[in-house]
Amino acid sequence: MADWTLYEVFVRSKHGLNHKHVGSVHAADAQMALENARELYTRRSEGVSLWVVPAEQITASAGDEKEPFFDPTDDKVYRHASFYKLPPEVDQM
Amino acid sequence: MYAQQVDTGAKRLKNLEEMSPEERHFQEKVDAEVRIEPKNWMPEGYRKTLIRQISQHAHSEIVGMLPEGNWLTRAPTLKRKLQLMAKIQDEAGHGLYLYSAMETLGADRDEEIEKLHRGEVKFSSIFTYPTLTWADMGAIGWLVDGAAIVNQVPLQRCSYGPYARAMIRVCKEESFHQRQGYEILLTMMREGTDEQKAMVQDAINRFWWPSLMMFGPSDANSPNSAQSMAWKIKRHGNDELRQRFLDQTVPQLEFLGCTAPDPDLKWNEETGHYDFGEIQWQEFFDVLKGHSPCGVERIQQRKSAIDEGQWVRDAAVAYARKQKQKAKSAA
Repeated sequence: MADWTLYEVFVRSKHGLNHKHVGSVHAADAQMALENARELYTRRSEGVSLWVVPAEQITASAGDEKEPFFDPTDDKVYRHASFYKLPPEVDQM
Repeated sequence: MYAQQVDTGAKRLKNLEEMSPEERHFQEKVDAEVRIEPKNWMPEGYRKTLIRQISQHAHSEIVGMLPEGNWLTRAPTLKRKLQLMAKIQDEAGHGLYLYSAMETLGADRDEEIEKLHRGEVKFSSIFTYPTLTWADMGAIGWLVDGAAIVNQVPLQRCSYGPYARAMIRVCKEESFHQRQGYEILLTMMREGTDEQKAMVQDAINRFWWPSLMMFGPSDANSPNSAQSMAWKIKRHGNDELRQRFLDQTVPQLEFLGCTAPDPDLKWNEETGHYDFGEIQWQEFFDVLKGHSPCGVERIQQRKSAIDEGQWVRDAAVAYARKQKQKAKSAA
């Protein structure tokens, strides 16, 4: 199976929701990956739509959470609604 | 347990002061219940232990299809046949979730399967026993899957993210397995002939002790177990899980109207648990060493499944290559 591609599998569980990563399958081609993913991840109507993506096509941020990649957003509290204090009279904004 | 006697390479536990900065950071994360993910730094021993445990677990799911497959063509009704087929397909699925989790640790699936076929790694002792009657399908679903659930529920909180997530999926599906097994036995006891009822008791007699052995020998003094606990791969001792399984199973046994092959089994008012007789561990160790009724046969069946399926995999690859070329020349 070493010459088969590893595909990551994403399932949309209900109409209106986004696709969510559920796991991976090996397959000779994309069509087979879809069929394998259906058998493996949606045996009990867990999904209405499936995506399969070759794992090597995914670019990921570095693994450790100490990584400074996400730092730039940590000090920007003014991006959150809770930063802005409103007078009690207009509290329901 | 589906993974038994997993070696961690540890002789004793290191304390935080003895650890390297990386190890200490890792252990503090584990202690704080932060899940470890594939790309995070981890001690080599942790990685190896997980590969050993998850591969053994995966192999057990796959080999576990064989004793049940034995009864597919002889299921008493179409309904039972469909149910059994669905259960067996689930076991294949569980094996695949687990192999995927194992691969995130850098292990190669083909290589790990080769190791199983060469006899270098084990599958669970429980699947080396033969399935002699239809009642065995009930006993396996009820007792074996029941014991597996008790073991796998805490694994849903295992420190390694991919393993824990695979266990969540597995546990959801196992409860169907256990219920369908119990229902098989219940139906035989309620509607069956005397002969069929005797069959149920016989199946319980044969699977009772092996199910209790699934949890492995007492690990109260085992350095491997202490290390697995410190890494939060393991959450409870073998004896504790065995007792939990027994306490929930005995009332179900009584409701069936059957007995356990254990004259020492009785409720202990003081401890609030069932007492039980001594387990014959020699049988367990013999089975792990390969002296078992069906151990050799199971591996041979797995090997021939891989060998005889080679042409299918070759055809799939050839087809994929051809389709790719077609698409290229059409473009």
